[in-house]
Amino acid sequence: MSEMVRGTLRSVSRRKTAVRKRKNQNSLWWMYLPALIVVCMFILYPFLNGIRVSFTDWNGFSQTKNWVGLDQYRRMLQDPDTWLVVKNTLLYGIGSTIFQNLIGLLYALLLNQSIRMKSLTRTIIYLPVIISPLVMGYIWYFFFAYQGGALNDALVFFGFDKINALGNPDLNTWIIVFVNTYQYVGIAMVIYLAGLQSISKDYYEAADIDGASAFQQFRNITLPLLMPAITINVVLNIIGGLKLFDVIIALTGGGPGNASQSMSTFMYDLYFSRQDAGYAATQGVLMAIIILVLSLMALIYFKRKETDA
Amino acid sequence: MKKKKTTMRWVLTIVALVVTLFHLIPFYIMITTSLKANNDFSSKWAVPETLQFSNFVEAWEKANLGTAFVNTAIITAGAAILLIFLGSMAAYPLARRNTKLNKGVYFLFISIMVIPPLTALVPLYKMVVDIGMMNTHEIAILNNLAAFLPLTIFLYAGFIRSTIPKELEEAAKIDGASTLVTFFKVVFPLLKPVTATVLIISCVFIWNDYQFAIFFLQDNDVQTLTVALASFFGQNQSNLNLVASAALMSMLPMTILFLCLQKYFVAGLSSGSVKG
Repeated sequence: MSEMVRGTLRSVSRRKTAVRKRKNQNSLWWMYLPALIVVCMFILYPFLNGIRVSFTDWNGFSQTKNWVGLDQYRRMLQDPDTWLVVKNTLLYGIGSTIFQNLIGLLYALLLNQSIRMKSLTRTIIYLPVIISPLVMGYIWYFFFAYQGGALNDALVFFGFDKINALGNPDLNTWIIVFVNTYQYVGIAMVIYLAGLQSISKDYYEAADIDGASAFQQFRNITLPLLMPAITINVVLNIIGGLKLFDVIIALTGGGPGNASQSMSTFMYDLYFSRQDAGYAATQGVLMAIIILVLSLMALIYFKRKETDA
Repeated sequence: MKKKKTTMRWVLTIVALVVTLFHLIPFYIMITTSLKANNDFSSKWAVPETLQFSNFVEAWEKANLGTAFVNTAIITAGAAILLIFLGSMAAYPLARRNTKLNKGVYFLFISIMVIPPLTALVPLYKMVVDIGMMNTHEIAILNNLAAFLPLTIFLYAGFIRSTIPKELEEAAKIDGASTLVTFFKVVFPLLKPVTATVLIISCVFIWNDYQFAIFFLQDNDVQTLTVALASFFGQNQSNLNLVASAALMSMLPMTILFLCLQKYFVAGLSSGSVKG
């Protein structure tokens, strides 16, 4: 009998703790419900719906659309514009990432020294970050414009011919990379500066005693200890660069033709100017895949380096 | 040795000066362009002979900047307030109650952060047309809210987990306060650093937003600054002086705010960017 009573008691007390636990572990779901609804309605649902639309020939406004299976995907793979646009997008993403990190790191190393007017220099370099990328595009348009641009005024002054920098397909994509780098190099610089300031001076003193050169110190102390900052910067800049939109609209409008179009501006064009919504959605799926794969690759690659170091 | 060090310092200072001047070039060009008359064909590098302040008045009126300022302010403020309110409230249970459901929901919010908002554009546009919200402040607020909620929740949840002591809430609960009262009276005031970050991120990015605004705010009376500026540029490519005046005015409020609160801006924007 005692065995039975004990068993019952045990199960009762277990149930009691379970109840208490559940009470403590109330999810309080109503607190995040509004946020969840907003995010699902305005991002998740349209995103999933976009995948559905990418299998149709929808024109963007009619109430009907035909299911066309993989036709849009086949069309995308055969469209020479797709490859041009992907190439540009990769240039914007990877090109700006390389320049922002190299120059950002150089600026951080420079401003980590004891020099005059440090904070003024930092403020000026950082200022473009808070300006709209569209306005930034216009500001550089005044510089690069063929008619009455500052660049051509300078070229003429020094006896050179004017150049149509923004109308030249070989040049304008690089100008877009340049403007994006100019605008956001400040973020990379600030993150690197914070990283540099967190490295203990003891390491450098010890290396000095061992007679290590400045370059050796940089390679063997600074760079490995900056790895977390590098990870953040690279992932951040890749995502930002691949999504580039405003600067392109301001500087070239994606032209001439599709020459400087990124995936974002190309989608915009397909949907609003060419009433090709199904195809625009297909390009959107490709864009999501490219951003996801590249940023994950960068994250994993640099995380591994981080743990190695 | 000491002399070598001072020389080095001067060389680096000069390098820094050159870098600073280089970064100032586009601003210099914009400012001089905005102050020149349209028939002034002097070099863009030359200082204007007469200052054409009337450019600013003309650009302000023609580009409809007054309305655009008000619209941008309404949208930014509306989205920022909702972000802080809904974001902090959502983060609280996700940080404190480790149920299966909450873990799943938190994971969902974080995954959504990876979706580029523009890839959802095509169906979103159709949906907005269907529910009759095109050209309203509300849709711009909701879109920006949705775009920044995951990041906001991520920042708040991390902060609650790492810095807010549980004992405070337990004490409030023993005193018989409800969850909502506990949250807003006890926890929320302690979240000030994250609230400042969220405020700065939303002010900078929503104020400057063009991607969403161009799709959903095309009417003149709901246009934000960026949309007004883009259409003004389209109409005035032969009068870059006016465009420069308009661009300068549109970036002025954020620039002044940045110069006054620089420390907070830099800290806020980099803690927001550490989401990767």
